[in-house]
Order: sequence, then C-alpha cells, then structure tokens
Amino acid sequence: MSPKATLDIPAETAAIPEGENIKIEVRDLNLFYSEKQALHDVNMDVPEKKVTAFIGPSGCGKSTLLRCFNRMNDLVDGVRMEGSICLSGQDIFAPAVDVAELRRQVGMVFQKPNPFPKSIYENVAYGLRLQGLNKRHILDERVEWALKSAAIWDEVKDRLDDNAMGLSGGQQQRLVIARAIAIKPEVLLLDEPASALDPISTLKIEELIYELKSDYTILIVTHNMQQAARVSDYTAFMYMGDLVEFGSTDRLFTNPKEKQTEDYITGRYG
Amino acid sequence: MSIIDRKDQSAFSLWWKSGNPMIWINAGAVSISLIMVFGLLGLIAARGGGHFWPKEILSIEYKQADGSVSSSVGEWIDTDVISKIRYEESTGEILPENMRDVERWMIKVGNRDQSGADFQWISKFQIQKITRPEQVVAVERTEWGTLFGELKSLSEKGVPVKADGDLWAEFELRLDRTIELRDAIRSLEKKEIGRVNYQLEKLRLERRGLELDKNDTPENLKEIALKEAEQQKIYKVIQDKLASLNHQIERDKASFEIVNAGQLKIVELPLSVIVGAIKPNLMSSTEKLGEYFVNLYHFMVDDPREANTEGGIFPAIFGTIMMVLLMTVMVTPFGVIAAVYLREYATQGPMIRMIRIAVNNLAGVPSIVYGVFGLGFFVYFLGGNIDDLFFSAAKPAPTLGTPGIMWAALTLAIMTVPVVIVSTEEGLTRIPRSIREGSLALGATRFETLRKVILPMASPSIMTGVILAIARAAGEVAPLMLVGVVKLAPDLPMDGNFPFVHLERKFMHLGFHIYDVGFQSPNVEVARPLVYATSFLLVLVIIFLNLAVILMRNRLRERYRAMEN
Repeated sequence: MSPKATLDIPAETAAIPEGENIKIEVRDLNLFYSEKQALHDVNMDVPEKKVTAFIGPSGCGKSTLLRCFNRMNDLVDGVRMEGSICLSGQDIFAPAVDVAELRRQVGMVFQKPNPFPKSIYENVAYGLRLQGLNKRHILDERVEWALKSAAIWDEVKDRLDDNAMGLSGGQQQRLVIARAIAIKPEVLLLDEPASALDPISTLKIEELIYELKSDYTILIVTHNMQQAARVSDYTAFMYMGDLVEFGSTDRLFTNPKEKQTEDYITGRYG
Repeated sequence: MSIIDRKDQSAFSLWWKSGNPMIWINAGAVSISLIMVFGLLGLIAARGGGHFWPKEILSIEYKQADGSVSSSVGEWIDTDVISKIRYEESTGEILPENMRDVERWMIKVGNRDQSGADFQWISKFQIQKITRPEQVVAVERTEWGTLFGELKSLSEKGVPVKADGDLWAEFELRLDRTIELRDAIRSLEKKEIGRVNYQLEKLRLERRGLELDKNDTPENLKEIALKEAEQQKIYKVIQDKLASLNHQIERDKASFEIVNAGQLKIVELPLSVIVGAIKPNLMSSTEKLGEYFVNLYHFMVDDPREANTEGGIFPAIFGTIMMVLLMTVMVTPFGVIAAVYLREYATQGPMIRMIRIAVNNLAGVPSIVYGVFGLGFFVYFLGGNIDDLFFSAAKPAPTLGTPGIMWAALTLAIMTVPVVIVSTEEGLTRIPRSIREGSLALGATRFETLRKVILPMASPSIMTGVILAIARAAGEVAPLMLVGVVKLAPDLPMDGNFPFVHLERKFMHLGFHIYDVGFQSPNVEVARPLVYATSFLLVLVIIFLNLAVILMRNRLRERYRAMEN
C-alpha cells in the first residue's frame, strides 16, 4: 500500500454538518512554504457557535490551517496560498480586506501564554485601546467583563495593577483568553491552549471553552484526543496536510469512516 | 585498573584535571583587573587630590658651591636622586670622593615675577637648617603664580593703615572686600556687557541682512539705529559702573617681605591681584581640611587662569557634559530607528547582512578618521552651505561653517551609532515571536505593535547601547580637536542670552584640557598636579553619566522583565 494512494481523499469527506449555520467556509485551500506544500486542497465548513477541534499527528498542518483563519501566516516569509476562506460569506483573502480588522473579529490564543509585560489591567485593555477606547469607566467595565468571562476575575481582581508576568502559567493563559475576548471577536482560534499547562489548569481551560461556545465560534487545535472528545462538537482529523475526515465528534470517535482516522484514534500511529 | 586506583597518573596530571589551576587562573585574572582599576584611580586621585592640600612652607638655609650661605622659602614638592657624575656635569662642582649619589629637593619658591622661576632644586647635603616660619603667607595671585612672604604693612590710597596689632585680620577684611568687588566686576563684564555685545552683534547682522535683501529702507535702518543707540546707552551706564568699581578695587595695597636669592626684599601688591591668602604653618589639620575643600570647590567651579595652569576647570566640565548629552540626544533616536528598520522591516537577506557587517565595522574605524570626516563634511560642507543659505549676513565670518559643539556632538554621534544599532538589534531579536503575534492577533498593526510592545520591551537594550556610546564618546579627544574643542572658550555654549543654547560655539573639554595643560602649557611643572586632578574629574564625570543611564536601564528592566522567561 503506497502512502500516496491512501492520502488521496475525496472532497466529500469534508461534509457540511446538517442543521448548522455556517460561519467559515474553506474552499480548495492549498498552502506552500516556499517549495513545500503544507496544506492540500482543504475543504470544510465550520459551524457557528460550536467548538470545532483539529486533531492529527505533529506536522500534519492543523496549526497552519488554524493560522489561515486570521491570516497569521502572512507574517511568515515565503508563504503562498491558493483557494479561499470565507468568514460570514466574505473572502478574507480579498485585497480590500483590512487584516487588522479581520484579526479583531477572529481572535487567537497561542500554545504558550504570551501576556505582555504590562499590568493585568493593561493586558486586557490593550486591544480596546487599539480601537481608540480610552474612557476609564468603559475600559473598567469591559476589562471586568472579559476577566469574568475568562473565569479569572476572582483571582486577580485585587491586583489588577500587578505585572501580568507574575501570574502562574494557567492564570496567564486565561488572562490571554480574556484579552482575546475583550474585543468581542466572533471567532476564537485556540492553538493547543492547554498543552503547556498542568492538569488542573487544563481542566479550567476546558470548562472555560465549554462556557464560551454559546457566544463564540471556537476552533481548537489539540494533540490530546481525550480533550478533543471532551470539549468539541465537531472534529477534523488531519494527516500530512490533508483533511482526512470531518464530522461530529461523537460520530468521528465512535464510528470513523476512514481507516487512517481509526488508526490514529486507536493509537496505531501518531 | 580499579576506579580507586589511579596510580598510573602523576600528581600533576591529577591536579590539572581537577580544574583547580583553572580556578586559580580565573581568580588571578579578575584580581589583576581589579588591582589595575583601583590602582589607576588611586594614583590619579592621590596625585591630583594632593595638589589642593595646603602644604607647609619651609625656610631652608643652605650652603652654595662657593661656600656662602643662602636661603629660600617655599613648599617641598618632590625628592629625586641623581648620580654624582650628572650632578658634577650640570653644576661644575666637584664633590668629595666618598659621595656616590646626590639627593635633591624640588622646592616651589614661587615669586616668579622676582626670580623668574617657580621651582628651585636644593641638594640635601648642602642644607644646613630648616625652619617653619609661622608668619609666612602663601598668596595666590591672578598672575605670576604664588607669592611666599610675610605681611608687613597695608596701605589705603597710598596712606599706611594703622592696624591695632592685628595686621592679618585687617588684611583679611580688606581682601574680602576686594574679592566681592572683583566678583561684581566679573559679573558685569561677563553678563551685562556680554548681553549688550550680543544684542549689538545681532543688530549688526540684522542691518547686513537688510542690505543683502535690498530691504535697507531708511525706516528700517532708522529702527535699527534707534535700537543700537539704546544698547549704547546701556553700555555707557555699565561702563561708568565698571570704572567706579575698578577705581574702588585699586584702593588697598599690601606689602610683603619676601626672600629672593637669599636677600630680603619688600614687594608691594595691590589687593586687586590677590585671589586668596593663607598662613599654612599656623593652620591646624581641620583648618587645612576646610581649605582643601575650598580649593577643590574653586577648582571645580572657577574659570581657568594663566593659560589654564591656574584656576578651575568649570568650562571644561560643562562642555564635556553638554557635548555628551547632545550626542546622546542625537545618537539614540538615530540608532534605534536604523536598528528597527534592519530588524523589523527589511527583508533579511544578503543585502541586509552586508549592511549589518558594514555597520559593525564602522565601530572599528579610528576616531580621528571620524574627526576628519566631521571637519570635511559637517563643518566645511554642511556648515558652509547652511551659512550661505541662512547666515549670509554674518559673512565672511562663519557661523556654522566653523567647528562648534553641535558638529562635535554630531561627529561623535556618527562614531557611536554602531554600538546603539547593534545593542538595539540584539534587544529586538530577544523579544519572543509569541509576544509579537499576540499583539498582531489582537488587531494591532505592525507599527502599533512596535510602538506599544516591542520598543518598550527593547528599551533596556537601547539603554545598554546608550551606556556604551557615552562611555566611548566621553573619553574621546582626538576627533574633537578637529571639530570644536578649543584651549580656552570665551563663552559657555549655554548662557542667559536668547536662544540660551548656542550650538555653534566652540567649547572646552576635560580630555583636551588634560592634553593642553600637560603638554602645551608654558609651565609644565606647575600644571602637572592639575593633569592628575583633571583626569580624575574626567573619570568621575564619565562614571556619573554612566551611572545615571544605568539606573534608568535598571528601572526599565524591572518593568519589562518578560524576557527572563
């Protein structure tokens, strides 16, 4: 069995889930790092206000795909893209698109917590200030709301002026989530948000994702299949730049259609 | 071979392997460095600082070659031993057979106006008697150096003053009055007349400017003439005041009995030439300490006198600090902007690599080359053209087309910009990619990210660059000699005349002052302690400037300590 044959996935596998509003449509997405192709003809529809998880072995392109949604790949030298991604029906690669505005609508949280070396308050207010919000009482309100939404308010409310670098890793990651939701994005991209955290912090983050999905369309990349099964409504399995299978989490984990998916979730490779 | 049995290896080999010799070598290197630094500072501090301590005055009786007895009064400065042969050759005397070396004392006898020299060598074997006369006074004068002698009488307008026993108290009282008057005269000359001159020069330039613009209508000229007349009137008033003060200051005179070539002699001095007078042989240690600090204070705040060999070095301290600050103000934004382009905006490739190598190599260009560049490009080309465009009224006298503090600061800024670029770039590279992405993901543009996150985080590194730049620039002398430093600047580059900061003026610099006093002065022996004292002050100024920036950097580090994790 040549690997090439198994990788030739029909586009139909990336089925549109039924009865859902579609937030993001990905069509024939190819991505190249200079010579090397990192994504092959990805087609998928991401449902609104649901959690969609991306799983797959290291280097399969799931983070690369996630970074397409807010055009973070633009920052990498020598990246070339083909195809289209539509956010609420609008092509995000269109020349008229303001990338900064796109990133306000599509927030992102990274693998390692990356708070700025500023106070806790200023970290959350950063995105708001960028939008020209400078009135103290509006900022206060939004910062409190964001910190409460990220379930960290009780831990930091007495030390908002302390440096954010003094928080623990898990607190920092929830602070970063608060920072991302403070500007009220429509979509939240989470790139392995719990991989650098201890089990208790991971649990808190997972609970938080569960809370947030009523207001946001969440896309999460994870190495951890149990986590994907716990938090997500839909799961996409990727392998070597291909979207192998996409469907509801329950179905994909209990009754995978593709042999590769089955092999991966049963731990036969990875 | 068991793991315990190491008999096959020699003791030395074991000792070498243990790493102990390396620790000793490292510790030794550090100790030697420390000893060198403190030794250097200690030497210049001791040599320079000793100059300000009031020394006791000796009266020495000695036998001359012809057998006659002479005497000298002065301060012991140095002892030196020369060979018998050299002594015999230089003096023509024949010394007894059993003598091998001759110990000589160098005595500062002062009274240069009488004897023609400040110093006298006296061979120790000739000395017969040393006394410490209590009443002898060391008089510091505005010219001719120090006078050693005993105060004999005072006179006011040629009439002897009857002091009831305490002539010295009377003298000190009158000296205080004279010093007050002298300060008043100096302040008039420097500030008031300086201001009038400045205004007159401005009016002259204004008139010349009108002529050049073909705008010299009678009305305009009349207006200027009116202003000029006004300034002349002010000048007249100041002149009268000055004349009266000058008359007053000449009132008192003092007579001193001095020893010149072994003979007693009376010398009359007007009090107006006396800067200060003390009786060191009567002073207690605490009084001497007080006098020491007074001397030190005057050294730091006074203007130089007598071709820089006397007086203070205030203009040099001021010029050094102002030049370095100006340079910092120029080099920091320039270097940071260049580094930001190289690191943040430019596409990294062979071109940028080459530019980076070129920038790094600029730091290795000898400083005098920058001086030549500054003179050729900044002073003659840039300054000359600016003069043609904006200061044509002053021509042929150049305004910016001549060396000045601005060009000096700019030349040093060019010289030090590589260190600022290199350390800023280093700081920018150290900022984790995740922080940039975090900001961009929140909808910040690259510029916003740079301004609000990256530059604040890189600020400690920028400060490191500034520290290195200051350290290099403050000690530089060679290029400055070409682009603006002078032996004696009549005015400070900052004063009370609008626009207060005069960047076109020439200035004095501690480094050049050391060179000038040490090697170019007419009286090297007198000036030598000043070389040490000035060196010590230069080091202090650099330490002070660096400490200020280091403190700033540490505060910034405290604030942006994100990079640590």
